[in-house]
Amino acid sequence: MTRMFIPDDAAALSMGADKVAAAVKREADKRGLELDIVRNGSRGLLFLEPLVEVETVKGRVAYGPVAARDVASLFDADFLNGGRHRLGHGPTEEIDYLKKQERVTFARCGVIDPLSVDDYVAHGGFAGLRAALKKSGGDVVKDVTDSGLRGRGGAGFPTGIKWKTVLDAKADQKYVCCNADEGDSGTFADRMLMEGDPFTLIEGMTIAGIAVGATKGLIYIRSEYPHAIAKMKQAIAKAVAARYLGDNIQDSGKSFTLAVRTGAGAYICGEETSMLDSLEGKRGMVRPKPPIPALEGLFGKPTIINNVLSFAAVPDILSKGAEFYKNYGMGRSRGTLPFQLAGNIKHGGLVEKAFGITLRQLLEDFGGGTHSGRPARAIQVGGPLGSYVPASQFDLPMDYETFAANGAMVGHGGIVVFDDTVDMALQARFAMEFCAIESCGKCTPCRIGSVRGVEVIDRIIAGIERDKNLIVLDDLCQTMVEGSLCAMGGLTPMPVQSAIKHFPEDFDRPTAKAAE
Amino acid sequence: MLTKPEMSPDGERARDVCNRHGNRPDELIEILHEVQEELGCVPQAVVPVIAKAINLSRAEVHGVITFYHDFRSEPAGRHVVKICRAESCQAMNGEALCNHAKAALKTGFGETSANGQVTLEAVYCLGNCALSPAMMVDGHLHGRVDARRFDEIIEETLSEAAQ
Repeated sequence: MTRMFIPDDAAALSMGADKVAAAVKREADKRGLELDIVRNGSRGLLFLEPLVEVETVKGRVAYGPVAARDVASLFDADFLNGGRHRLGHGPTEEIDYLKKQERVTFARCGVIDPLSVDDYVAHGGFAGLRAALKKSGGDVVKDVTDSGLRGRGGAGFPTGIKWKTVLDAKADQKYVCCNADEGDSGTFADRMLMEGDPFTLIEGMTIAGIAVGATKGLIYIRSEYPHAIAKMKQAIAKAVAARYLGDNIQDSGKSFTLAVRTGAGAYICGEETSMLDSLEGKRGMVRPKPPIPALEGLFGKPTIINNVLSFAAVPDILSKGAEFYKNYGMGRSRGTLPFQLAGNIKHGGLVEKAFGITLRQLLEDFGGGTHSGRPARAIQVGGPLGSYVPASQFDLPMDYETFAANGAMVGHGGIVVFDDTVDMALQARFAMEFCAIESCGKCTPCRIGSVRGVEVIDRIIAGIERDKNLIVLDDLCQTMVEGSLCAMGGLTPMPVQSAIKHFPEDFDRPTAKAAE
Repeated sequence: MLTKPEMSPDGERARDVCNRHGNRPDELIEILHEVQEELGCVPQAVVPVIAKAINLSRAEVHGVITFYHDFRSEPAGRHVVKICRAESCQAMNGEALCNHAKAALKTGFGETSANGQVTLEAVYCLGNCALSPAMMVDGHLHGRVDARRFDEIIEETLSEAAQ
C-alpha cells in the first residue's frame, strides 16, 4: 500500500489541505487503489503548501502547491510512483530550500506522523529523556549550560543558568511552564513544532522537570492556535499512555505531569510574568522583577519558564551531547535558530540555520525576493518590538551580539519583509497604537506613553511642528525604554526609533503651513 | 417561608462548568472559555454564579472577563470573521483586505452585520505569516486572502450554513 503525506498543519489547512486530502481519497476509491494517508506536520516550505509527498522506492517525492482540482491529473501522471507532473519537485530532501538548511530542532517536523509515539521513537525520539533519566539533575543542567543554549523566545537568556537557579531553590513544589503564546507577527515556528512534532516539546519539558525536581508542567498556548492546542492535548494523552509522561516514567521512579492552558487573546501574556498571572486564572498583569520567576514563579513557587523552541532543543542536547549543539553557530550565539520568513516575501517558510546567516541570504537565497517583485525596503526582525532594518544592513550576520550592537535584535528569528511601497511613519504609528491596545496598564510609561506616542506621530505625519514633535517623541521613547516594567513598553520604541533613524524621509512631511 | 431564588438555565450551566473544573479559581480562564463555548458569550447574569462557585469576588471575575479580548458579554453573529491586522499582513496589503471586508459585510470591526449573520473582528497575528494576508472564519484558517478569495470564502461559509 502506498504511503502518502498530506499535512494538517494550520498553514497547509489555510491553503486547502483538507480538501486535497478528501479529493485524494475520492480519486483513489474511484480507481480502486488503497492508500495510507498520513496527516503530517509541515516541512516548512509554506509557499508550496499544500505539499503532498508520496513514499516511493526512490524515497519521498514532493508535489505542491496542490489544489483539489489537480488531484486527478496527479493520479494520471502516476504520482504514486513519483511520476512527472508540473507540480512535481522531485525528492523532498533534495529541494534546495530544504537541502540548504541545518535542521536540528525541526529535523522530524513534517517527516513523521505527529501523533505516533512509535514513529517518534523510530526517528530518535525520547533518546534524550532516556539519557536524562540516567543522570543526576545537576548533570542534566550542566549539559544544557555547556550547549550554550539561549532562550529562543527572544530575550536570549542562557537556559542553563535559569535551570540551575530552579534546581538550587528549595521548595515543596516546583513548576515547568512553556510559553507558547506566540503572539508576534512574523512568527509561526512554535505553532509548526507543536502541530508537527509535539512529542519533542513534551520530551524537553519532561527533561526539565526531572532535572530540577518539578513534578508539574503547564503549556500556555494562545487561543488563536486551535490546531496546536488540539494536537498538544492529544500528544500529551498518547505520551501518558506510552508511559513517557505521568507517574513513574519508564519505571524510573520519577514523575511529571503536563497540561495545556489556553490563552484568551491578550498579547501581553507572552511576557513571562504576565503569563504566570494568566496561568493562575487572573488578569495578565506584569509582575515587577525581582523576584525572578525562577525563585518565585507560578503560585509563588520556583518555576522554569521557557519558549517552545528552547525546550525542543533540549532532547538533542541530551542524546547527542552538548558539543553537538554547540558546534553550530558563532560567537556567543550557539546552535541553530529556526528563522521564519514572512510578510512580503515570495517563498515564505521556516529556515533553520546556524546563527551567522545574513538577512540578505534569507531574503534572496531562500525567500526569492519580495512577493510583489518590488525592491525590499525594510525588514522588521524579531517581532513587533524589533527594529526595522534598512537594506544597507541586510548583510549583517544574524547573531544576538552583532544585531544588538547595531541597534536591532535577532529575537526569535521572525523576519517580516516590506517592499518599497511601505510608509515607515505609519509603521512607527502602528507600533505605538499596538502598544496602546495591548498594554496591561500596570506601568505608566507603557499605558500612557503609547497613547501619547500615537498622538505625537499623528502630528508629525500632519506636518505640525515636525522638529519639535520629533524631540518630544524621542523624549517619550526614552521614558518608555527606561521606565517600563517589561519588554512591551521598553521595546516599543525600538521599531519607532529605528524607523525614524533609517527612514527619516518618511517623517519629513509637508508642513501644515505649506499644505494650506 | 423564604425560598431560594431559582437559578436561570444559563446560571446552572455555568455552575456545572465550574464544577467540572473543581471550582478552582486558577482555572477561571478555562471556565470562561467553556461557558462562552456553551452559551455563546459570558452573560453578565452568570458572573455572580461563577464568582460564588470559585470563591472570588464578582469584581475579580469581571476584571478577568474584561481584560481578555476573547470574552464577550453579548453573543456574536452566526459566523465570526477574524482578519489579521498585524505587521506581516500589513506588508501584504492587508489594509485593502480590511476595507474590502468592511464594505462587503457592511459592518465595521468589532461589529455584527445588521442581519446578525457575521461578526467582523480584528486579530493581531494568526501565525500564518508566510502566507499573509490571513484570516480565520469560524475557527478555520485561510491564507493568501485577497478580495476575490474573501468573497468566495464568505459565500461558501454562508451557503454551507444555509444547507
